[in-house]
Amino acid sequence: MAIECLVLGAGQEVGKSCVVVTINDKKIMFDCGMHMGYLDHRRYPDFSLISKSGDFTNSLTCIVVTHFHLDHIGALPYFTEVCGYNGPIYMTYPTKALAPLMLEDYRKVMVDRRGEEEQFSSEQILECMKKVTAVDLKQTVQVDKDLQIRAYYAGHVLGAAMFYARVGDVAIVYTGDYNMTPDRHLGAAQIDRLQLDLVITESTYATTYRDSKYAREREFLKAVHKCVAGGGKVLIPTFALGRAQELCMLLDDYWERMNLKVPIYFSAGLTVQANMYYKMLINWTSQKVKDTYATRNAFDFKHVCSFDRSLINAPGPCVLFATPGMISGGFSLEVFKQWAPYEGNLVTLPGYCVAGTVGHRLMSAKTPAQINIDQDTQIDVRCQIHQLSFSPHTDAKGILDLVKFLSPKHVILVHGEKPKMATLKEKIQSQMGIQCFDPANNETVSIPSTHYVKAVASDALLQSSLSPNLKFIRKCSERGSDFGGLDARTKPGLKVFR
Amino acid sequence: MEFTCLSEGKGFYFPPCYILDICGFRVLFDCPMDLSSLTMFLPVSTDSFTMCNGEITSRSCQKSMDLESNVYKRQKIDKPLDESSLIRSEPRYKIIKNLLLWNVSFIDVVLISSPMGILGLPFLTRNKEFSAKVYATEAAARIGHLMMEDLVTMHKEFRQVYGPEGSGSRQWMKWEELELLPSELKEIALGKDGTELAGWMPLYSAADVKDCIQKIQTLKYAEEAFYNGTLIIKAFASGLEIGTCNWSIICPKGSIAYLSSSVFSSATAMCFDYNSLQRSDVILYTDFTPCNGSNISNDGDNGSATADPNQSIDNVNWEAIADDYQEMEKLDFICSCSMDSVKAGGSVLIPVGRVGIILQLLERIALCLESQNLKVPIYIVSSVAEEMMAFTNVIPEWLSKQRQDRLYSGQPLFNHVELLNDKRIQLFPAIHSLKLLTNWQEPCIVFCPHWSLRLGPVVHLLQRWCRDENSILVMEEGVDASLALLPFSPMKMKVLQCSFLSGIQSQFSRPLLKTLQPRHVLFPEKLRQHIDPSKNLFSSSYYSEGETLNVPNLKENSELDIAVDLASRLQYTTLKQGNINIARLKGELAIEQGKYRLLPGTEQGVSSQIRPVVHLGRINLDALLTELRKIALNITVEETTSADGSYKASLVHVLEPNKATIEITKAQTLISTADKNLASQISEAISSILDCF
Repeated sequence: MAIECLVLGAGQEVGKSCVVVTINDKKIMFDCGMHMGYLDHRRYPDFSLISKSGDFTNSLTCIVVTHFHLDHIGALPYFTEVCGYNGPIYMTYPTKALAPLMLEDYRKVMVDRRGEEEQFSSEQILECMKKVTAVDLKQTVQVDKDLQIRAYYAGHVLGAAMFYARVGDVAIVYTGDYNMTPDRHLGAAQIDRLQLDLVITESTYATTYRDSKYAREREFLKAVHKCVAGGGKVLIPTFALGRAQELCMLLDDYWERMNLKVPIYFSAGLTVQANMYYKMLINWTSQKVKDTYATRNAFDFKHVCSFDRSLINAPGPCVLFATPGMISGGFSLEVFKQWAPYEGNLVTLPGYCVAGTVGHRLMSAKTPAQINIDQDTQIDVRCQIHQLSFSPHTDAKGILDLVKFLSPKHVILVHGEKPKMATLKEKIQSQMGIQCFDPANNETVSIPSTHYVKAVASDALLQSSLSPNLKFIRKCSERGSDFGGLDARTKPGLKVFR
Repeated sequence: MEFTCLSEGKGFYFPPCYILDICGFRVLFDCPMDLSSLTMFLPVSTDSFTMCNGEITSRSCQKSMDLESNVYKRQKIDKPLDESSLIRSEPRYKIIKNLLLWNVSFIDVVLISSPMGILGLPFLTRNKEFSAKVYATEAAARIGHLMMEDLVTMHKEFRQVYGPEGSGSRQWMKWEELELLPSELKEIALGKDGTELAGWMPLYSAADVKDCIQKIQTLKYAEEAFYNGTLIIKAFASGLEIGTCNWSIICPKGSIAYLSSSVFSSATAMCFDYNSLQRSDVILYTDFTPCNGSNISNDGDNGSATADPNQSIDNVNWEAIADDYQEMEKLDFICSCSMDSVKAGGSVLIPVGRVGIILQLLERIALCLESQNLKVPIYIVSSVAEEMMAFTNVIPEWLSKQRQDRLYSGQPLFNHVELLNDKRIQLFPAIHSLKLLTNWQEPCIVFCPHWSLRLGPVVHLLQRWCRDENSILVMEEGVDASLALLPFSPMKMKVLQCSFLSGIQSQFSRPLLKTLQPRHVLFPEKLRQHIDPSKNLFSSSYYSEGETLNVPNLKENSELDIAVDLASRLQYTTLKQGNINIARLKGELAIEQGKYRLLPGTEQGVSSQIRPVVHLGRINLDALLTELRKIALNITVEETTSADGSYKASLVHVLEPNKATIEITKAQTLISTADKNLASQISEAISSILDCF
């Protein structure tokens, strides 16, 4: 018997996470993401590898989605509504609540601003979400008679979860993205000590070791403060959810402490509504945030107001959160074009930008620089660029800690960069003696699985083995003579194994 | 496995209490207390100071009078109950007397199935001997915690009136005093059989509550908890209230479901997850609903909801049975009565203790007020109101599907969030808080504790409004209204008594059990009349309070998983006596996640060759003699028996080629000879007729 892992996405790259795991006839798809860097067929996983006939409902037992980021859920409406998958889908409550916002935001960017043909409609997003079963952390869900899944807290973003799946005696964990250190609004990943045949883990920062987060947060706040003190404008391109709330909590808190009056804006339709969700889902945040919700919900931001297009060129300093992140298009790109040519302004970038986005080009550029937005637009970038050095992903130490803690029989690395993954793979094999793989997209890894032989044991054997009891042994040897030839002293069941 | 019913309880606020002995562990289900017995005490009151002052003097008079004549005493017993019959003392709280018979340290696990089932827990946990692991759902623990904090706060008022607990507070517990109690109160104090006096405890402190909560391990619905590796414990939604649950316990011997009062479809709480209890070996049926109340008879028209008893499982669409509709009607009726009262200038007092009902009523009443354009404020007076309101809006995982849908559409889970923002609902921590005094307006609609009408803000508000015929009091059935209202008589205020669904109605219990497919069900004796055993596919037995019942043994033997690599190393030998293959193995026996597992030991490379050979079987004397003759030994046989007959042996004497004796008893075979060669020859002969491996 074996576990088959077909990596449809995020194999030796970041983007369109999708792994199909087969354990004894049960086929589970973990994540169904899209690649932000491509606009052609490469943006989606190659679903045809699951089923030639296209009968996905019968080929898959279920889909499990770890969190609401597009590279983990972006292809789901396409898969259910266009490809026709109609089976069960599982995700946590926050993911189910927040994913439609992400998907809708993305759809708008694609259609309204880039003028592209839409991959799925708003209605299709809603239809897709109706098929989703929400699960709570640690809730053991019996998908069918043999398959059991369970979510564990993963940090990363609100509602992010690692998933445990068990079929008979075979058990695996798929981590999705996770964070091993708590941040401003989320806790650290938490999982039980499990007996696992396989762990499939992300490896975004396979070779990075990070120090304290607080120092990095201070750096960010200082950069923002310096910019607004000089009358500049700060552009923070983010996705609607997750990073926006985290940074906003940081800023809101800082504004309060420093008594700053500079306005903080959220671009229209963005996070003001999302904050409503965050308030209801506060039990999924960090302990510190949870403890205070009764008196003041931490997502009631005091200094935040919504942004109007007319304010783009208004005088005076401000801080603006705008979608989408990585400046891949839409409103954040529009504002970037206006603000980038001025030295006094500041743009913050996340620690990781997908190749092909403006954000990615900015990361490697040195200001002042010429950046090509598309074939016929070029911008003079003179503004400051601050790269956020704190990330909601675990670093290499975190990955190694988790693998060590779980001590699975095998590890598969996904969601990372090829050379770095190779280094980490080497480390896991040599340091822990655990067999490790880093398959490329569309490759299948097959690993052996544990299996037990079912037997029946008498109570006497179990009792005496687990709690050696002299009185019992004597009683048994007395009884032994009744059995006739059975000599109690040599009865193997009475041996006490320590 | 044994099952003991410690208390059958009394409805929603006083759930039953049991002890189950399973796989050598003692599991206590719920630890409630009987708060309805508080009605025996006189409440503190705003005018009680004047009243008390008067009474205190009269009391001292009374004492002297007591000495003078016993006639007076007799009169007190016989006269009809009135306010003065109630016990004027700091109340004590009645816990389950049968629980006192158990040594606390013998309890291994406590499972809490509802917030009400937690209220008596600090009495246990404050005992130094207490070492059990307590499991409760996160929501039940949180709501229970708030209820206990509130109880402690409300009780403080008595301390202020009667002073710190002294000997005086136990005055009423003396036999002379108890003898004097009117029979109704005597029954509350002593129980029907007169044995319950020991159950009266002084209330726990805030520190006890805190300590108790720290001892609870909270669970999500369907989260697996492993106790000692042997028991797998899981909680599944019961639909009764937010956070309430049924329990599933799986041990290597089988599975048991604890089926508490459950509601199929609830408007607020996550609905009854009965599918997860399917195919348990044993169901402990602990829902007393059919005998608790007037639920069914009072509703008048229950024909529509009655399921056809012959209905097959497949036809039963549980969601459709929804007792929901009737419940909605009840709430609407409360709303319309409330509207009538406020229109007439009266106020509405709702001292209901059910979180789910309160949350629904808040929304509905606010809606009614709005639609009728009435500007009447809604107040919630409780020390934990603020926390309760905040809490209920951050727990989508514990709520019904309709409420969860509100999360997905970005609306707050309950309307009270907006109502609080608009100040249409106001929260006050206590009746004497400054905020209340400056904001108070009448008429108003007040939600406050406590349903016993003896504790908390309700006492003061009742005293204020009891003579106002336009005001209305909403209380639940199941509380002895005449006794509860005694201190406030004569009541001019309208009283609306209503019952809310709090369990499985008898007509649904059959189709439910059919769906669950248990092998055995333990029913309360009181439900026997509702159960027709002939139609059931399972066996059943019946329990009563204070009785211990043997639960039929689930499985003879336990299952054991043997690791494949270990199993593949086994070398089987076929026994001579039959078609049995046996093999010796050495491994590590582990118990994890409710399963016995045999794993390859850490000592590697112990091959079977090194192990001494083991012989198995009984020596057949004739066969042995044949074997011995084959190797040309000259033998004689002798049977010996010791004087008392306890020792029997066959002695085989070998005369040639050398002298030897073989002594064969049931337990051993002894070869005695001076000749080494002969000894091994005989030994081989014996081995050949035995199984060895």
